[in-house]
Amino acid sequence: MDSFFSVLDATIRVATPLVLAALAGLFSERSGIVDLALEGKMLAAAFAAACVAYMMQSPWAGLAAGMVAGVMVALLHGIVSIGYNGNQLISGVALNMMVSGLTPVLALAWYQQGGRTPTLDDAARFRSVELPFADAIAASAPLKALFGHNILVYLAVLVIVVVSWVVYKSRFGLRLRAVGENPHAADAAGINVKLVRYLAQSISGALCGVAGAYLVLAQTGAFIQDMTAGKGYLALAALIFGKWRPWAAVSGCLLFAFTDAIQIRLQGSELPLIGSIPDAFIQAIPYVLTVVLLAGFMGRAVAPKAIGVPFVKSR
Amino acid sequence: MAELAIELTGVNKYFGEVHANKNISFAVAKGSIHGIIGENGAGKSTLMSILYGYYQADSGSIRLNGQEVRIRNSHDAIARGIGMVHQHFMLVDTFTVLENIVLGAEQGVALKQSLQAARDHLAALNRDYGLQVDPDAIVGELGVGEQQRVEILKALYRGADVLILDEPTAVLTPQEADDLFRILRLLKAQGKTVLLITHKLREVLDITDAVTVMRAGEIVGNVVTADVGKEDLADLMVGRKVNLQLDKAPARLGKTVLQVSNLSLTDARGVKLLDDVSFELHAGEIVGIAGVSGNGQSELLEILSGMREASAGSVRYNGTELTTLQTREPKAAAYRRLGIAHVPEDRSREGLVKDFSTFENAILGYHDDPAIQRGLLFNRKAIIERCRRFISEFDVRPANAFRRSGLFSGGNQQKVILAREIDSDPQLMLIGQPTRGVDIGAIEFIHKRLMALRNAGKALLLVSVELDEILALSDRIIVMNAGRVSGELPAAQATATELGLLMGGHK
Amino acid sequence: MSQPSNLPRWATLWLMPVLNLFAALLVSGLVITLIGEDPVECLQLMINGAFGYPEGIGYTLFYTTSFIFTGLAVAAAFHAGLFNIGGEGQMYLAGLGVTLVCLGLDFLPGWVVIPLALLASMVFGAAWAFIPGYLQAKRGSHIVVTTIMFNFIASALMTWLLVDKLIMPGSQTPATRLFAESAWIPMLHELAANLGVELPQTPLNATFFLALLALVLFYLMVWRSHWGYTLRTVGLNEKAARYAGMPVSKVIIVAMCFSGALAGLAAVNELLGSTHRMNLAFTNGIGFVGIAVALMGRNHPFGILLSALLFGALTQGGLDLSFEKPAITHEMIILTQGLIILFCGALENLFQTPLALAFKQMTKR
Repeated sequence: MDSFFSVLDATIRVATPLVLAALAGLFSERSGIVDLALEGKMLAAAFAAACVAYMMQSPWAGLAAGMVAGVMVALLHGIVSIGYNGNQLISGVALNMMVSGLTPVLALAWYQQGGRTPTLDDAARFRSVELPFADAIAASAPLKALFGHNILVYLAVLVIVVVSWVVYKSRFGLRLRAVGENPHAADAAGINVKLVRYLAQSISGALCGVAGAYLVLAQTGAFIQDMTAGKGYLALAALIFGKWRPWAAVSGCLLFAFTDAIQIRLQGSELPLIGSIPDAFIQAIPYVLTVVLLAGFMGRAVAPKAIGVPFVKSR
Repeated sequence: MAELAIELTGVNKYFGEVHANKNISFAVAKGSIHGIIGENGAGKSTLMSILYGYYQADSGSIRLNGQEVRIRNSHDAIARGIGMVHQHFMLVDTFTVLENIVLGAEQGVALKQSLQAARDHLAALNRDYGLQVDPDAIVGELGVGEQQRVEILKALYRGADVLILDEPTAVLTPQEADDLFRILRLLKAQGKTVLLITHKLREVLDITDAVTVMRAGEIVGNVVTADVGKEDLADLMVGRKVNLQLDKAPARLGKTVLQVSNLSLTDARGVKLLDDVSFELHAGEIVGIAGVSGNGQSELLEILSGMREASAGSVRYNGTELTTLQTREPKAAAYRRLGIAHVPEDRSREGLVKDFSTFENAILGYHDDPAIQRGLLFNRKAIIERCRRFISEFDVRPANAFRRSGLFSGGNQQKVILAREIDSDPQLMLIGQPTRGVDIGAIEFIHKRLMALRNAGKALLLVSVELDEILALSDRIIVMNAGRVSGELPAAQATATELGLLMGGHK
Repeated sequence: MSQPSNLPRWATLWLMPVLNLFAALLVSGLVITLIGEDPVECLQLMINGAFGYPEGIGYTLFYTTSFIFTGLAVAAAFHAGLFNIGGEGQMYLAGLGVTLVCLGLDFLPGWVVIPLALLASMVFGAAWAFIPGYLQAKRGSHIVVTTIMFNFIASALMTWLLVDKLIMPGSQTPATRLFAESAWIPMLHELAANLGVELPQTPLNATFFLALLALVLFYLMVWRSHWGYTLRTVGLNEKAARYAGMPVSKVIIVAMCFSGALAGLAAVNELLGSTHRMNLAFTNGIGFVGIAVALMGRNHPFGILLSALLFGALTQGGLDLSFEKPAITHEMIILTQGLIILFCGALENLFQTPLALAFKQMTKR
């Protein structure tokens, strides 16, 4: 039983940045902008969070810096995709490369530690929240799995609830979905399509910012080169897996995080009948699942209709 | 003079070198239905786009209710009480009717009260104007007529006093059009002003109080409808006596080339796009297929040219059954090899690749021709020579085989396609909308070519939404309505009125 | 992807890419300034490192060779209207093909092993691209997402194979044993030595000539052949392709296989031309650089030759630079590549409007 709860615990920890990034992607893609740049937004945020948290000795300052960095990359993606009607796919790939190159260069120049940032003190990180019965929680695996996390994990849960309300029940959500489905109709209805798309990009950047900051402030305690290691693409896969719907995308993230958590458990252990499964196969599960889903073997994943198409006003 | 809702003075609009609107001035009385009539490309749509804020006029002034205004975007237009029903509906297919109506006119951050308010308002609008639609239906699943009503509701919900309708009947059956006119009269009775853009004379005469006629970006007439007749308007619109009568030698019918029997096509949703269509086509005749667009003509052409599979029925071509033909290559290629040429309805999206040089488009569909291969590569010289021949025989201008096709005018693009298809010496020629978006000079040229083809003993199947064209070219006319053949008659006996009735499925 | 332009053809073909390139280099220069180095000096060091001495040139051309292949791979898919981001994974799998042939058959003479390895690289690369191509053509899965996923799957697969299966027995580093010398593609300096010419030792090898041949064949196939005609028709206007009776699905699948095979040849240059064994990191982003090469070269072989040379010089010059200036690491080159992709690929029309205005002014006079 204990191992079940430790897997749950690990799942939640791995899932948190994925969930935040997937919901970030949801805003961008629902507005009609393909978001391959999730990876770059997160990585930039992780770097900024590490630098500022180190400098100010405050995780909150780090979080804020991460969000600002995420929004900046998002706005770059926006200027290219929305302002200049550039190719959104190419813009995403380019931004990811740029951030992946720029962050270690700056880290090296500023800290001379081979492309990483100095390790943060406890004071500059997010620690598990202190609840009244802290000792009891620490002692019990089930309680620890649910209540032993840092504040960002609970923030992420709140974000899920808020996002699903915003997307389906709010004015902004209606406009967001309209702009991604049929921007010409939205335009005719008097909606500023580009503005809605820029707003969606900004939200995407801010959420990726939290996700990137989480990696540094709640997990590693320092920025390491390419530390996102494909998490942005994994979040995108989860978003597609969830057919661009918030709760389903979150489920995808949990599923992917679970495969990750279980992979560590299974390392080297023999399973009945199958024998030992190589890590690599479990690592590949999320990607294979996404391909299978996209191929239409698990229901149809219908993307927002106007996705990837620059909005050019027509008569 | 009645109070004016709209008054335009000296409005000009340029697109680069093109002077799309020249010194436009006219006025629309409040509470009237005002027609704007003109051919394709006369500048009507540009003018309406200026009124709705999509474009800014380069000079001139616009007055609404006597007040000079600047309309910078559609938001401005809506705020000033202008509503627009676009020719291609501006609706989000995945949204409900209610969501579409509320979109952009929400009250407050949360949707709930907006949707409730809209529901109540909709009931009231339904009472006043008889605009029934189910507020919870998904728009993409509604019929065309209903979608149009949603567009009107959208405008009214935003408090539009001026309603602009862009070619509203282009996609409607006559009954649906009558229903629309009934609604427009009700709107007028309630004091709304309606601007109706159309190129159909009958509509203008039926329903408008006054008409503005446009030609080549200019206003050529502002008249009171009651004072003019159909012929006067047609003359104003075209600028010369319309004469579509061709010298038509009596047809010398040959053998049966095409025999279509009980052809049906059902789409994924179970809608019958073609329903039990049967007809024959002989060598040496032109059969015209008349109908409002969207009544199955396009699908018929697609099946006959091999681009789409029928659900049921048979197509016999020179004795060969085509529907069950086994081919290794796609059917469109196999049919072409059998002598079926096809001038597609959507010229720029199907008939050619705009980014190709003209010589490359000169072989589209005939790129397998051994005459243009040289070993593993193309015989470029032969291709260019072929294109030059097309250019001189069909008087394509400018005569440049290397120029990108997208840079040619519609008429010259069409000439290249026609040249290519005729050059293959087909037995059967399928032609969709041969003169859509083509200038008048080229229309005559194209019509003469088609007639020559018929006189040379070829079988021609002509699909066109232009009744005049159908009447001028065809030997026999088939009318389609809702995927069915609603009538078939010799062209000599057909009148526009009768065809109109058949197109609406009235007979 | 191109928009109608009112610029003269030469300006669209030459001036705009050059301006975009300058914009990218300018931003790189700003970053260099920001970290306290002198961009002009760095540029000089880089140019010198890439072209200033024979050994540098050899390395530059060695990198150029791989970039030509991955650049052509991206271009091939682009002409069919597909954005193949999977070059990296296709090259990875192609490396597996080469390795399997070499590990199994390198007791045979070179004239047998090398052609077999070439063929295997193309077949494996094509096979890894075939699946996304098939899924796009027959099931409508978006090629970009599928090829990204396939990069990750390839990486997981290859890690497993190298760590668990193909690793040299008794070794700790995940790499295969050295291939027998019969499977090595001759180095240029060896070939030159046979002719009595002395060249410095560099990994530049005979694959370079294969790359040049590929450029010519690519041009002939895409612009002068029936096959290329159908490819471009499908890419530019799928409806017109259906109208013309072209087998659209088949064209898409074949285009992806063609693309994958080209990406695969880059593995030959790396494995048989240089390292002579397979290790985990041999693809090293070359597949992604292919995107930049194709975009910068406007998907035309001649453009690709020039831009592959540019990226070869960036890589070699950048390595030399990082010896002189430890602050400027390989990552600086990745940043520059990213910037070039951004400016040449996504912001290709950045200078369109200002240029069009400038030309209008000039013609008025």
